[in-house]
Amino acid sequence: MSKEKIQICPEFYDIMPPEYRDLVEQATYGKEGRGWKDIGQSKELIEDHSLCAGCPESMAFRYILASLPNPEDTVMVGSTGCTSLVFPHVAVHNIHSLFGNQNAVASGLKRALSVRFPGRIKDVVVLAGDGATVDIGLDMTLQAWFRQEKFTTICFDNELYANTGGQESGLMRKGFVAKMAPVGKKFEKVRLPEIARESGCAYVVNCTVSKPNLVEKVIRNAVLIAREIGPTYLQLYTPCILEIGKNSMEGLQEMRDSEKPGERFRYYEYVTDSAKQFLAELEAKEKQTAAAAIEG
Amino acid sequence: MANELSEVQRSLIGKQNKKGQTYTDPQHLFFEAPRIPAFFTGSEVIKEAIRRASVDVMVAYPITPQSEAAALIGELYAEGYVAEYMRGESEFAVMGQCAGAAFGGARVFTTTAGPGTMRAFENFPMWVGSRLPIQVIVTCRGINSPLSIQPDTLEMYFLLGTGMLVWHAETAQDFFDWILKGYIVAEQPDVHLPIAVCCDGFFVTHTKDTVLLTPPEMCLPPYDPYRSPVPCMDMETPPVRMMRDPFVMKSNYISYMTHASWQEETRGACERSRKHTIPMIGGLIETENTDAEILIVASGTAVSQGREAIRLLEDEGIRVGLVKVKSLRPWPGQEIREATKHAKHIFVPEFNVIGWLAQEVKATIPDNHRVIAGPHVAGGMTMPAEVIVEEIQKALGRHVTTLAGRGS
Ligand SMILES: Cc1ncc(C[n+]2csc(CCOP(=O)(O)OP(=O)(O)O)c2C)c(N)n1
Ligand code: SF4
Repeated sequence: MSKEKIQICPEFYDIMPPEYRDLVEQATYGKEGRGWKDIGQSKELIEDHSLCAGCPESMAFRYILASLPNPEDTVMVGSTGCTSLVFPHVAVHNIHSLFGNQNAVASGLKRALSVRFPGRIKDVVVLAGDGATVDIGLDMTLQAWFRQEKFTTICFDNELYANTGGQESGLMRKGFVAKMAPVGKKFEKVRLPEIARESGCAYVVNCTVSKPNLVEKVIRNAVLIAREIGPTYLQLYTPCILEIGKNSMEGLQEMRDSEKPGERFRYYEYVTDSAKQFLAELEAKEKQTAAAAIEG
Repeated sequence: MANELSEVQRSLIGKQNKKGQTYTDPQHLFFEAPRIPAFFTGSEVIKEAIRRASVDVMVAYPITPQSEAAALIGELYAEGYVAEYMRGESEFAVMGQCAGAAFGGARVFTTTAGPGTMRAFENFPMWVGSRLPIQVIVTCRGINSPLSIQPDTLEMYFLLGTGMLVWHAETAQDFFDWILKGYIVAEQPDVHLPIAVCCDGFFVTHTKDTVLLTPPEMCLPPYDPYRSPVPCMDMETPPVRMMRDPFVMKSNYISYMTHASWQEETRGACERSRKHTIPMIGGLIETENTDAEILIVASGTAVSQGREAIRLLEDEGIRVGLVKVKSLRPWPGQEIREATKHAKHIFVPEFNVIGWLAQEVKATIPDNHRVIAGPHVAGGMTMPAEVIVEEIQKALGRHVTTLAGRGS
């Protein structure tokens, strides 16, 4: 879709809500090199959120939506959980259907879009919680990777089932006491990034969302690699401040603490050789364009 | 107007697809085009229907008795008649993949049976609420434990509450016609719902029958996703922010009312399918001799067995009428009340242990003591016509003349 399609019929202009008018006039659909720095200077593709005040998922959403390379041709797939409360505020087409089937839905969607729009970019991005990705939906998460489905899977890892009130999840730390883990979780945090690598993902990153420029980089890489090469996986720490007993202001520090060397969310990246080559070519092209712009 | 095409679809009529098939007006395809007799199994008939259905995406998973049909569609994909084909990892995933493809604007086809239907279940009401006009063929088989692969229609009982259109084919001919017609009805903007076209496994899928096929060089016009009452998820239309407060989180009247009215609307859409279905498949029911005092009301292959029983009873001078229920959702309540108004005894033979069709009929007609729920067979047992005859003779207090398969 081009930005021209997002227009308001002149007869209805005056009755459209101001935020929709802003979306039409100020959003960054179709903008080359869009990124987190557009936040504050343009209309974001997320209007509001109904998460807890200070929930890091809300920052993650804003950075991700600012960083999608082609939001005008991106369809997102969500799942049930705290994230599903945000999607109704998101100004790219997005699908919620059931809890845990997100990678199955995305597989069908991506194939349908490839049939209907051959030769055109139509990115598919999955965004779901860790319960959805690793527990109830693990089969479909992995199978999509085995099949080399060309879309990005993003897991908001808050290490528990937040939306149902803080129960044990597969990505929870061993020993953590939670609902349904009354004497502490008895097994280790599932190592999904490594499993993703072994399952055929071309690009895997495990990190927190404390740094918007890092989120921008990994989102862009993940979406572009998925478009050209194969499945990509991002596991982003978005701590559930409510369930771990933090205040609204403490989410950022929690992320900073857990990304230190030796901690659970120290930066981990895996890139296949072909994806590396693709990224190098992309960088060279971008440099060329930038140089040409300066000369021009 | 019933069964209209969109402008885009109209503009394609007479043009050819990449296999050289001509997009044909459904009215012409179904009711005027010449028919070619073929002697095929039900599975082969499914393949022939899909060859003509302009399907974009089929998702397959093996389960007896639909595995053969699902694999045959794979052949159509290899030949280029179906644009995309994949094997899913479970029926739950398959139905999610179907949903994704339909959300993305594709015409979608899948098949399942028995435990597969049950494994898939969470998806069916979701398809309805999302207004995805996916077609699923259900070749019914047992869902009981111990494991059974035999014909049994118990799974249809559960489908009735999902909000999908549910049709029950008697013969391979029904199957061929209804698969094609099903898409036309399900995709109407005022319907736009998923459809389950069911048959009794093995009896229909694995037996050969003469079927009159439409010409292979003609096919349905493709699906037009922009006729959907909800936006197609392809970013070809402007995104809207749906709501400030997602209804799932709100415990207030507006939220309850929204959910309630959407359920009413999807049920309403199912009812609205009547005006499209009736001209397509010749009514939701089909009747014979409904002035008789005794009636058989049946669906699926129980109808064929009922016909046979009627013939045997006729030889004894007992006149019995027949109501063939073709569509279970929408439910032909008015039609059944009308068709049964003269009957004193209404027999409902079924291939399942609970007798769901009898329950439905009882809930529909006045003086429902007239309904005799049976005979029932289950677990793969056949229903010889003599068993129906015996049930009728017993209920009438007559001497039982047939002791089917009992030995002596
Ligand atoms: C089939 C099914 N089982 C259970 C649920 C209940 N449920 C809703 S959200 C949720 C937890 C979501 O956890 P997660 O995916 O980690 O996301 P979070 O809420 O933590 O962001 C559960 C168990 C459901 N909606 N559907
Ligand atoms: S429950 Fe936890 S994850 Fe959900 S919105 Fe609140 S802080 Fe965020």
